[in-house]
Amino acid sequence: MGAQLRIYRRRIRSVKSTKKITRAMELISASRIVKAQQRVAASTPYANELTRAVSAVATFSNTNHPLTTESENPKRAAVLIITADRGMAGAYSTNAIKEAEGLIVTLKERGLQVLTYVVGRKAVNYYKFRNRAVRNSWTGFSDKPTYANAKEISTELIAAFLKDAAVDVDGVDELHIVFTEFKSMVTQIALNKRMLPLEVVEAEGPAPAGLLPMYEFEPNAGEVLNALLPRYIESRVYNALLQSAASEHAARRRAMKSATDNADELIKSLTRLANAARQAEITQEISEIVGGADALASANAGSE
Amino acid sequence: MSDNVLTVEFVTPEARIFSGKAKMVSARTLEGDLGVLPGHTPLLGVLVDGKVVIKAVDGADQEFEVHGGFLSVANNRVSILGEAGAQ
Repeated sequence: MGAQLRIYRRRIRSVKSTKKITRAMELISASRIVKAQQRVAASTPYANELTRAVSAVATFSNTNHPLTTESENPKRAAVLIITADRGMAGAYSTNAIKEAEGLIVTLKERGLQVLTYVVGRKAVNYYKFRNRAVRNSWTGFSDKPTYANAKEISTELIAAFLKDAAVDVDGVDELHIVFTEFKSMVTQIALNKRMLPLEVVEAEGPAPAGLLPMYEFEPNAGEVLNALLPRYIESRVYNALLQSAASEHAARRRAMKSATDNADELIKSLTRLANAARQAEITQEISEIVGGADALASANAGSE
Repeated sequence: MSDNVLTVEFVTPEARIFSGKAKMVSARTLEGDLGVLPGHTPLLGVLVDGKVVIKAVDGADQEFEVHGGFLSVANNRVSILGEAGAQ
């Protein structure tokens, strides 16, 4: 076998094994999207009930809570960026980071100092490589976040928010979160939302029939609000983590699908080249034999 | 509100633990044990760690452990929001 042909065959083999890997990753991601979506669905009843409760308290009490109070003179803002732990997900993490960069620029234009909190190894590496400060980071659960993860993150962020930014360098006046919304299997959008100070918005969809009932609070409205609002933040962070996880799997599935398709293309064109090389080899051998026979024949004819 | 049953939902962020009709729900709030019967006045309470007992319509009692959370009652609809819960 000629050298040329051997090289083509080797490349085909290696592309084939790469294709096997990307195909497997595609299938794994596809099944994980479904699981991630189920987790989003499982958390929805809780989030809805919580939103109802919060709007009930907010409607019937004029208690001012620190978490809902806007600072008159904001100095510092926290940005929480949610990205993936692993790569091979196309532009998923890059998009979230880009969105965050845009947000940070706008915040800085407003004269705010920005503290970044990141989730996911990709963002950690991005900031480390550029030698930029990160307040805190969490890694290791981007593809399967639990409520405990959301609680840990929220606890720290709420603590930072509750500190007075004017006197404390750790305190922040605003909290923004950057995550990837899972719109559908094919559309995921990186977006930013302001989490704190809270604006309690009524749940989307038709307003509940009639007015909300006059609630009694146990022990009292202030206490209930104190306990409710942090849970509300946690559930919002949890939702952002879950949506990001679903988006991550969808992005990875798409990236791996196009990798598999590309490998197919490559195998096809390499096979063509290998066939041409093999044919060229055969043609050359034939012409060598014919040439050799010719030479022999003419040599014999001369001697007779 | 004419029918004398409660519609109960017990949800945590990770799952729906109980959903159905009940005759009575009892739980422990910051102020002490509390029982909810049909026709209870609208209420929002903070729960402490402890047991939630749901007396289902068919008579069976169901006990759940709850780990912090809330209880809201309105129009014979009881929702229990636990941070973590188990049967």
